Amino acid sequence: MDLKDRLTELKAKALSEIDTVEDLKKINEIRVNLLGKKGPITEVLRGMKDLSKEERPVVGSLANKVRDELTEAITQRREKLEIIKTARKLEKEKIDVTLPGVPVKAGQPHIIMQVIDQLEKLFLGMGYQVVDGPEVEEDHYNFEMMNLPKDHPARDMQDTFYITEQILMRTQTSPVQARTMEKHDFTKGPLKMISPGKVYRRDTDDATHSHQFHQVEGLVIDKHITMADLKGTLQIIARTVFGDEREIRLRPSYFPFTEPSVEVDVSCFKCEGKGCAVCKHTGWIEVLGAGMVHPNVLTMAGVDSEIYGGFAFGLGPDRFAMLKYGVDDIREFYLNDVRFLSQFAQKG
Amino acid sequence: MKVSTKWLKDYIDLDINPEELAEKIERTAVEVDSVSRLDKKLKKIVVGFTVEVRKHPESDHLNICKVDVGEDDLLQIVCGAPNIAANKKVIVALPNSRIAGNVKIKRSKMRGEVSEGMICSLQEIGFSDSVVPKAYADGIYFLPDNAKPGEPVYSYLGMDEDIIDLDVTPNRADMLSMRGTAHELAAIYDKKVNLKKPELKEDSTDNVSNYIQVTADKELAPTYLLRVIKDVHVKESPMWLQKRLWNAGIRPMNNVVDVTNYILLDYGQPLHSFDYQKIAGKRIEVRLAKPGETLQTLDEEERELLSSDIVIADNNGPIALAGTMGGLNSGISANSQIIALEAAVFNSSAIRKTARKHNLHSEAAMRFERGINRETVAEALDMAAQLIAELGNGEVVSGFAVGAQANVQSVVVTITAKKINDVLGTGLQDAEIKDIFERLGFGVEEKAGAFKVSVPARRWDISIPADLIEEVARIYGYDNLPATLPSGELTPGKYTYKQQVIRDTRSILEESGLMQAISYGLTSDKKAQRFMMEDAQPTKLDFPMSSDRTTIRMNLISGLLDDVAYNNARKVSDVMLYEQGRVFYRDANSDRPREVEHVAAAMTGLYSAQSWHDEKKQIDFYVAKGIVEHLLTKLGVTGISYEASQRHEEMHPGRTADIFVGNLFIGFIGEVHPNISKEYGIGRTYVFELDLQKIIDFNNELIVYQPVSKYPVITRDVALAVSKDIENADIINFIKAQSGKILSKVQLFDVYEGAKIGIEQKSLAYELTYSDSSKTLADDVVNADFEKVMSKLKEKFNVEIR
Repeated sequence: MDLKDRLTELKAKALSEIDTVEDLKKINEIRVNLLGKKGPITEVLRGMKDLSKEERPVVGSLANKVRDELTEAITQRREKLEIIKTARKLEKEKIDVTLPGVPVKAGQPHIIMQVIDQLEKLFLGMGYQVVDGPEVEEDHYNFEMMNLPKDHPARDMQDTFYITEQILMRTQTSPVQARTMEKHDFTKGPLKMISPGKVYRRDTDDATHSHQFHQVEGLVIDKHITMADLKGTLQIIARTVFGDEREIRLRPSYFPFTEPSVEVDVSCFKCEGKGCAVCKHTGWIEVLGAGMVHPNVLTMAGVDSEIYGGFAFGLGPDRFAMLKYGVDDIREFYLNDVRFLSQFAQKG
Repeated sequence: MKVSTKWLKDYIDLDINPEELAEKIERTAVEVDSVSRLDKKLKKIVVGFTVEVRKHPESDHLNICKVDVGEDDLLQIVCGAPNIAANKKVIVALPNSRIAGNVKIKRSKMRGEVSEGMICSLQEIGFSDSVVPKAYADGIYFLPDNAKPGEPVYSYLGMDEDIIDLDVTPNRADMLSMRGTAHELAAIYDKKVNLKKPELKEDSTDNVSNYIQVTADKELAPTYLLRVIKDVHVKESPMWLQKRLWNAGIRPMNNVVDVTNYILLDYGQPLHSFDYQKIAGKRIEVRLAKPGETLQTLDEEERELLSSDIVIADNNGPIALAGTMGGLNSGISANSQIIALEAAVFNSSAIRKTARKHNLHSEAAMRFERGINRETVAEALDMAAQLIAELGNGEVVSGFAVGAQANVQSVVVTITAKKINDVLGTGLQDAEIKDIFERLGFGVEEKAGAFKVSVPARRWDISIPADLIEEVARIYGYDNLPATLPSGELTPGKYTYKQQVIRDTRSILEESGLMQAISYGLTSDKKAQRFMMEDAQPTKLDFPMSSDRTTIRMNLISGLLDDVAYNNARKVSDVMLYEQGRVFYRDANSDRPREVEHVAAAMTGLYSAQSWHDEKKQIDFYVAKGIVEHLLTKLGVTGISYEASQRHEEMHPGRTADIFVGNLFIGFIGEVHPNISKEYGIGRTYVFELDLQKIIDFNNELIVYQPVSKYPVITRDVALAVSKDIENADIINFIKAQSGKILSKVQLFDVYEGAKIGIEQKSLAYELTYSDSSKTLADDVVNADFEKVMSKLKEKFNVEIR
C-alpha cells in the first residue's frame, strides 16, 4: 500500500471511530493516538523521506489535510459530547418549581399611615410644607385662635379631654395652622401647609367613634386665593385617594374658623354614583370639611385679612381608610391585630 | 328640627316633592337627616267605631268588641287594651293590613274567639313613645268623634304629612323655626313668604299691672315680657295642634303648654307659662341664683342652683331656671286658671353654662344658646296669648309686664361686588348679587358695585362681609363655582430633616420585617409610667372617661404589649410590631409635657416558621438586636455600645442592654420581665425603645463614603476559650485597641458552650480581617500583629487559644 492509500484508509477508520465514541475521556485518547507524536499520521509523515521529490509535496499536503479533518472531527465530537454531558447533568439537577419560595420577611406601614403618606406626597408635590405640632395643646390655640371662644355653642361639636383649664388634648390639628400662621413671614411668599397627626375627642369608643383618631388639615394663605382654588384642590384630593373618575360637590356647613364653610361629598366609588349601601343610596359620600379662612382667624394670628385670605380643609385618614377598604369598625385601627394589619401590605 | 311640608305650605307656596325639597335644602342651607312619612309602609288602617264591648269569657283582660268599619257587617275584634270602651272612635288594623315594623295583621282566633283585625295604639302604627299623649301611653288611642268609620286614619292623625328632619348647624338658629325655614326656602326658590300676624283681642278693662310686677337685670335678660291670660280652662288641645306637635317630635300635654311649644316651633321663640296663682307675692324678678338656693324642675329633679344660673324668682325664691326648664311648683296643672306667659331673650352664654352644668339641653335652651329672633319676641308672645285664650276660652289681660325690652336694630354690612368675586373666583354681576340679597329678605342699597346690606335680626349669624359672601355663594350655588388651583409664587414642598429621619426610620423597620402599629396614646396611670427612659411626671386627664385611659403615655412599649396581648389572646402567636410616636414627659413645675419622638418594637413567637426549606427560627434577643443594629447603621449612627442593664424593673435582669452612642443613653433592648409578660398573658417578648429625637439631634450624614481598597485582604481565624462572664464586647474592644492600623474588622463567627470545654468556660471564635489601602499586605506583618494581640489577650483575659 502506498502512503496515499494508507492515509485514506486511516482517515476512514478514524472518522468512524470518532463518530461512535461516547466518552469525553476516550475522545481525548483518540486524539492523542491519532495526532500525537507516536500516531499513524506522524508515522506517515516520517515515511515521506523515502518518497520521490514529486510525490513528497502531494503526500505531505494530503497528510496535513487528513490531520486537519480529523482534528476538526474530534473537536466537533467533543463539543457534542460536552453538550450531552451538561444536559445529563442538568437533567439530574431538576427541581420541583412548584414548591413555595422562601418567604421574605417584610413589614408594612399601618393603613392610616399609608393614607397620610399618600396625601403628604400629593401636597409636597404641590409645594406645601408638612408641619407638625403638639398633641397636648393650649385651649388658646386649639379653640380661641380658631374663633371658638370659651362659651361658643360650636364647642359642643367637639368634646374635649382637658388636662387643666387651659391645657387639653388637641381635638383637631388646626392649632398647628394657628401656630404656623403666627410665625410665617408673608413678605417671603405664601403659606401652603398641611398638618397631619393624632387628635383626641372625649368620645366613647364604638364602631364609628374613637377617642383617638387622625386628621390631615390643609391651609393656603396668599393675596389672591379663591374658593374656586379650594374647589380645585379638593377635587385633586378626592381623585388621588378615591380614583380619577371622582366628582365632588360642596354643601353649606358651619365651622367657626371658616366662612363660607362647606362639607365636601365625593361621588361614590363603589357604585359610581348609582346608589348603594356605602353611599346610603345617595350616590355621594361625605368625606371632608373645608372653607375660606375666617377673617377673625387671620386677624388673631396677626395676618391682615384685608390683604390676605385663603382656604383651609380638614379630613380624617381613619374615615378615608374605612371608606376605601370597607372597614366597618374604627377600633380595628388601634388594636393592631396582625391579621388586620397584614391585609394592607400591597403597594399603592 | 322636624319640618312638616304641610305646615310650610301655610307660609310659602311650594309645590315640590319632599325628596327634591330636601336635596335642595341640603345643597343650599343645612344638612337633612331624613325625609319621612308615618303612613309610608302602612296598609288598611281605618277608623272604627266600637258599637259593643264585652268581656272575653275565657280571659280576665281581653274584651270582645263589635266594631263598625264602615261596612255592612260589624267586625269582631278581640282587644287587650285596658282603656277599651264602647262608643269610641278607634284605630283599626283590618285583616291583611300592615302596621308599624312591617307587621302583618291577619284574621285569627284568641282564646276561642275570632278576631278580625286589631285595635291599635299610636305606637303600634309607628308613633314614637316620646310623642304619644300621656293619656294614651298605655292603651289604645281614641280618634276625634267626627272621624268617619272605614276611612283611613292617616289624615286624622297627620300621618300623611311629609316630615323633613333638618340637622341645623349652630349658626343657623333661624332654621330652628318654621318661619325662619320659610324665609330660607323663599330665598332658595325666589318666592315670597306669607306669614300670619297675631290678631290679639285684649280685655281693655283689665291691665297686667293689676296682676304682676316684673324686674329684670338687662345683662341677664335684655328682653323680658310677660302677659296674663285669665279664665283659662286647661284641657286637651284640638287635633290640628296636637298633630303639629307630634309631627315635630313633641308630646302634646294640654292647651297651654302645647301653645307655648307650638310658638317655639313656629317662631323659634321659647315661651314659659306659669300658673299665676302660684307666684308668691305677685312679683317676678330675673336674677342670678343665690348661694344655697334650690329648685325642683318640671322633670321632678331637685337641683342645687349655681351662682351662674339665671333664675326667675318670686318672693319665695326661684320658680324657674331661665330659658332651660320651669319649676314644678309654678307649672301648669289641670286646675290652673290664670296664666302668666313669659317671652324673653336670655344671655346666651349663661344659658349655655346652665344647660351644660345641669345637663338640661332642652329645646328652649338650645334656641337661647344659639340666638333667637329679637324682632319677634313680642309678636310671638301676642300670638301665643291669643291662642291660649282661644283654646282655653279665656281672655288676654291688656298690656305687657316689661322687665326689660331691648331695642332691636338691623345689622348693616357693606361689601363690594369685587370682593365677593375675588373671594369666590366668580364673575358675578352687580344685579345678580343684589337679587340674591333681596331673595334673602335683606335690605340692600347698591351704588357702583358697593352694597349696603341690612340684615334682619333673625339672621343674627351675619355681621361681617365674609358672612355675606357665604350667603351669595350658597344661593348662587357651589356647583356653579369654577375649579382652579392656587396660582402665585411657587413654594418648595419638602420634608424637614427631622420629618425625613422619622419616615426613614419607619421604612427601615418595615424592611426589617416589622409591621407598623398605632396604639392608643392615652393609657392607664400604671402603664404610662413603665419602661421609662428618663425621670418625668405623668400628664393626667382632668375628667377621664375610664380608668384605662387616664394618662398620656411616657413610653411606647406599654401600648405595643397591649397589641401583643390582643394578638396572643386571639391565637396569633407570632407578632412583630413597631410603633413610631411621641411620649409625653412632664417636668414637675410645668402643666404641659415635652413631646419626644420615640420608636419602639415588640416581638414574640417565631421570626420565621418551619418550612420544607428551613428550620423554624424563634425570636430572641439577638433577632431584636439585629434589627436595632440595622436601623442604627442605616441611620448613620456610629459608636454604639450595648451594656448589660438591670435598672429596668419591667425587663429581664439578665437579658437587657442599655444602648449608648458614645456616653449618651439612647434606649434599651431586651426581654420583657416574666412578671409583666404574665400580667399581659403573653409569651416571651423582646422589645426595644429608642429616643428618636436624640438620633435626629446627631444630625448624621446618612451616607459616609469609604474608598474601597484595591489590595487583597488577609484574614486570621482564632477560637478563644474564656471564662463565661467575659463579654464578647470586652474581647472585641480589646482586640481593636491592641491591634495595629491594618486591622480593619473583627467578627465573631461562633459561640460554643458544652462538653468539649470546661464547665465555667465558653469558646468564642473570631475572624480578624487585615487590609491596607495603599499596598499589598505581607503575611509576616499580619502574623506579627496577630501574635502580639493574641499574647496580650492571654495576659488580660486568661484565654486559651484553641
